[in-house]
Amino acid sequence: MDALLQFLFSGLTVGAVYALVALGFTLIYNASDVVNFAQGEFVMLGGMITVFAYQAGVPLLLAATLAILITAALGVALNKLAIEPARGAPVVSLIIITIGASILIRGATQLIFDKQLHRFPAFSGDDPIRVMGATILPQSLWVLGGALAVFAVLWVFFSRTLTGKAVLATANNRVAAQLVGINTGWIMTLSFGLSAAIGAFAGVLVTPITLVSYDVGVTLALKGFAAAMLGGMGTPKGALVGGLLLGCLEALTAGYLSSQYKEAVAFIVILGTLFVMPQGLFGAKTTERV
Amino acid sequence: MAGRRKWISLAVLSALIVLLPLVFPSGYYYRVGALVFVNALSVVGLVILIGYAGQISLGHAGFAGIGAYACALAPEHLGLHPLLALVLGAAISAAMAALIGRPILRLKGYYLAVATLGFGILVSMVLTNERALTGGPDGMVVSDPGLRSLLRDMGWRVSGGEFWYGASGFVLLVGAWLALNLYDSPTGRAMRALHGSEVAAATVGIDVPRQKLRAFVISAVYASVAGSLLALQNGYITPDVAGFMHSVEMVTMAVLGGVGSVLGATFGAAILTLLPQVLTVFAEYEQLVLGLVMVLVMIFMPQGLLPSIAQRLKGRNK
Repeated sequence: MDALLQFLFSGLTVGAVYALVALGFTLIYNASDVVNFAQGEFVMLGGMITVFAYQAGVPLLLAATLAILITAALGVALNKLAIEPARGAPVVSLIIITIGASILIRGATQLIFDKQLHRFPAFSGDDPIRVMGATILPQSLWVLGGALAVFAVLWVFFSRTLTGKAVLATANNRVAAQLVGINTGWIMTLSFGLSAAIGAFAGVLVTPITLVSYDVGVTLALKGFAAAMLGGMGTPKGALVGGLLLGCLEALTAGYLSSQYKEAVAFIVILGTLFVMPQGLFGAKTTERV
Repeated sequence: MAGRRKWISLAVLSALIVLLPLVFPSGYYYRVGALVFVNALSVVGLVILIGYAGQISLGHAGFAGIGAYACALAPEHLGLHPLLALVLGAAISAAMAALIGRPILRLKGYYLAVATLGFGILVSMVLTNERALTGGPDGMVVSDPGLRSLLRDMGWRVSGGEFWYGASGFVLLVGAWLALNLYDSPTGRAMRALHGSEVAAATVGIDVPRQKLRAFVISAVYASVAGSLLALQNGYITPDVAGFMHSVEMVTMAVLGGVGSVLGATFGAAILTLLPQVLTVFAEYEQLVLGLVMVLVMIFMPQGLLPSIAQRLKGRNK
């Protein structure tokens, strides 16, 4: 029982990060129908920039804010420089563009910073908290709380603000949104910026636990994508549930079955979801139009 | 017209394979050339899948991995000749492709990309984790197929580089010939029809799932044979051959050169294979340049390098 609780704690922590990556996917996918394979790089950048700013003497909070802002700016740049010029390109081209962008970001990071593993101190120390025979790191609570806060803020944004509703309208039908006067180009820019900022925020939260290096992005992107798929592409609720579920599945697999094949869970989940219920847990069913 | 196009492609390809060695400054270039041909072979397979049938795969390195490890494992454990192992690998790849292709190919676009990606990564995970069998991440040695000594007995002395240059060049030619034949065959036409519109293709009586599956299986066999050749000519193999990045490279090569044509595929394979060789001095910049090339070509030459250049030469700038 203690072991199970322990596995769930670690599963939820990682799962919260997957959920944030999945949320980033969702935002961009809704605004532009692009699956952004560079999503994981945003998380990496959040961690890396914070690390180096902090090492340069910038206070941690400021360093983290800086990292999130810079990453958001890069997200916007990605949209302006690579996605918008390729508007209407086939899916294959868009996949290559975003994968190319992720390789580019990785290459640049490795040049500007380095190839080492880094961390900065946890926000509230490293003394584990005992809960019913299991332990949880204070930083894990930060990760979980942070993720939940992001989802809460986004929920308010989508349901209570005009801009949020404009994003939803664009996701639903871009042309119709344009017709009622929504600046869909700006919505796309906003979505990329927001998505990058959320990714960077996840990176800031999780780096004290999992460490960061220039190449952590790929796996995170794939896991986040698996989470988004599990929950159903395009729904923030699906991203949250899918992320937490995937994290727990991984932790339980590592605990009870095989730690080597822990990484395989995400991909089995992807394949299983696609075969059994291609629209995911909360996704809407769609039919092909001629 | 169609027939002429085929013979022109084949003639250009064979001329390149035969004439290039004349300008090679050293034996090392035979190795690089052989690598280009092997990559081009798997990319020709992707031309059938992506260019003809309009499907995508981010997991074809998985099939290359199966082919490569078949050549590494079968001679050791089953006592098969490496060339038979190549055939065995191709058969396993085809069976795998047929098995997973059915459910996977119902998906479209990103979903298909991610499902195939999942398959590829699972293969590379098995290869990495089953240390007892595959040697894990360090890889394993592949025994020599003994073809070169056969040639030597016939009084024909060639270096390893020269031999594999010729052998892979020959296999690439055969692969290109088959792919070009397929293009105008009923099957090839059916594939291209469903590329245009699945609904329309189904309406005129094309069995869409069956044709998609065919393209998937054929391209899997190409990847598998390419993987086997790679293993044989290198003499060792690591799980990287089945890795995600290899799949990405393969698709990039195909799309970079111009995914509709066999020549374009070879061109894309050549560029992406040579890029790291050219950049060895600037190894640190390799990823940066690779990423930049991928993004820029896709934005400015969405049809790929070769068709875009050809169009420009013809002065049909649009």
